Amino acid sequence: MSQTILNSNQPVIKTTQLCRDFGSLKAISNLDFEVEKGQIYGFLGPNGCGKTTAIRMLTGLLLPTSGEIEILGLTLPRDAEKLRLKIGYMTQKFSLYDDLTVKENLTFIAKIYGLSRRDQAERIQELLNTYGLDQKADQLAGSMSGGQKQRLALAAATMHKPELLFLDEPTSAVDPENRRDFWEKLFDLCEQGTTILVSTHYMDEAERCHKLAILEAGVKRADGSPDELMQNMGAQVVEIESSQLRQLKQTLIALPEVITAAQLGSRLRVLVKNSCSDPLVFLAQQTALSTNAFTLVRPSLEDVFVTCTGKGRQ
Amino acid sequence: MKALYRLQAIVIKELTQLKRDRMTFGMVIMIPLIQLMLFGFAINTNIRDIPVGVVDQSQTALSRVLIQTVTATQVVQFTEHFHDIESAQAAIARGDVRAVMLIPQDVSQRLVRHKTVGLGTPPSSDEETSRPVAQWIVDGSDTMVAAAIKGLRAMPLTELLGLPANRITPTFEVALFYNPEQRTAVNIVPGLVGVILTMTMIMFTSAAIVRERERGNLEMLITTPIRSIELMLGKIIPYMLIGIVQVIIILGLGYSVFNVPINGSLLQLAGATLLFIMASLTLGLVISTIAKSQLQSMQMTIFVLLPSILLSGFMFPYEGMPIEAQYIAELLPATHFMRLIRGVVLRDVEIMDMTYDVTWLAIFTVIGLIVASMRFKKNLG
Repeated sequence: MSQTILNSNQPVIKTTQLCRDFGSLKAISNLDFEVEKGQIYGFLGPNGCGKTTAIRMLTGLLLPTSGEIEILGLTLPRDAEKLRLKIGYMTQKFSLYDDLTVKENLTFIAKIYGLSRRDQAERIQELLNTYGLDQKADQLAGSMSGGQKQRLALAAATMHKPELLFLDEPTSAVDPENRRDFWEKLFDLCEQGTTILVSTHYMDEAERCHKLAILEAGVKRADGSPDELMQNMGAQVVEIESSQLRQLKQTLIALPEVITAAQLGSRLRVLVKNSCSDPLVFLAQQTALSTNAFTLVRPSLEDVFVTCTGKGRQ
Repeated sequence: MKALYRLQAIVIKELTQLKRDRMTFGMVIMIPLIQLMLFGFAINTNIRDIPVGVVDQSQTALSRVLIQTVTATQVVQFTEHFHDIESAQAAIARGDVRAVMLIPQDVSQRLVRHKTVGLGTPPSSDEETSRPVAQWIVDGSDTMVAAAIKGLRAMPLTELLGLPANRITPTFEVALFYNPEQRTAVNIVPGLVGVILTMTMIMFTSAAIVRERERGNLEMLITTPIRSIELMLGKIIPYMLIGIVQVIIILGLGYSVFNVPINGSLLQLAGATLLFIMASLTLGLVISTIAKSQLQSMQMTIFVLLPSILLSGFMFPYEGMPIEAQYIAELLPATHFMRLIRGVVLRDVEIMDMTYDVTWLAIFTVIGLIVASMRFKKNLG
């Protein structure tokens, strides 16, 4: 542990040309990325893009087909066992025991991680308080709501105060309010120095990350902070206010300069390639509408996502 | 130290889960209870009251006395009378009766000259004079039934004529040790311990790892510092306790309901049983690391269970099987346990005198545990 603290410049996670095949399917191809200490790093991508496979390799559950993984100064898969005490992993599906109570589940995890009897009670009480489960301590885990289960899972994953936390789509079974609270907990952990890698397919969650990688079909399409990604996305966003938007959309997406167009209520959001120097004028010409109808707007992460994925889609 | 701590965590977790799983908990008690009652009462190799018919062609007082004498053996019970052989054969084919006794017209002449009656002066070696009294037509497809009726062949007929028993001195004297009354339950009940333990122990543990995999717990478990061997042992220990409870139920009921004596010492009994429980549990664990779902683990359990019932010596004597089947039987822990438990319970042997079976079970357990731990890799593929 001391090594990793001394070398603060060293990335917490570093992968080089990481690949994993399942038969002929390339689940992950040539993945390179780095996560710095104290960051929340996001994997953003649609279902089946390889997020879970990547996380499973990083936690030592899956062996890479090729490539290198270095985590907290240890090399995977060789040092997988040494890593266990330093990382926490919250699986996509609830993986604690439905037929044990909240407290029994936490006690089990505490013992597995070798907490002494005295530390156990203290740490469990602390976690129950932090994650609002103290009223539920004697309830069976299987009978709890999605949000409660997820908080219990996070409590279990952080039992041994890991330096690095992997969360695989932690909020997929949770309502928006619980999601907000959950992210507050993540930032608390982050402030205490925990590095977090989280996968998601929600744009708003991805936007909260310090840095993120957009994955599609096992390939990293882009990475950087949300702002960087928005600035460098190579397209401009124009909103058009008009009638007959469906027809207008058909006309526009046929143009090579237009990447995509999506309707938002009474507006049409159009992504125009940067190669087009003045998108407003260009669109006005194409649509024969007055320039008043067009507004240049700030790109969102969804725009970035659409810009850099689209290609591999059917 | 940490290892013991983790092991204890798994054991407590398993016991807590078991406590909440009413179905499994009920099975622990009900399986031995029901099976013991079923098999203990139902399986009986001393066959009695086989339903048979008679075709009486002589219709004399003598033939009726003959029928009564045969009935008195309790081996058969005459349920039907037929007028001719054709209708009797048809009844056998339909399964109404298992055999038919055919009493010929000249039964009294045959009887008088019969050698066991010993009235006739003509030498009994003469073909003409030593004809059997009557004939049995038997449905020979069931060998046990057939053998019971074949046992009637040399039935003494002296009583028939009110004569003093003219006993022939048997060639051999037979002294029946350990089960002089020849009650089937004495052999079946200790064997049943083996069958029930095979069933429950393998079934419970074969589902053990698979269930964690199916419910998604395994993905969490293998990211923790737990070692395979700790997990394997932690899964076995609670079921050892269950196995012991089951043995107590079976032998206790066997003693009180079926009068099966426990001649050996309880310590020897515990030793033999623990050896077998361990072997069965590790076999279950190996299955658990191979099976992909609980259904598959169940199928594999049945695959082991059937030969354990049929080849282990529980139902049919090991010695009667062809060599190839004996090799297969030797592979099954149940075969070795049948010998051990019958030895201890019925013949009061020390298990250390049965080194072969003891060693075999011990080696099976160790190898099973190693195989299971090695097969259980702490990754998903």
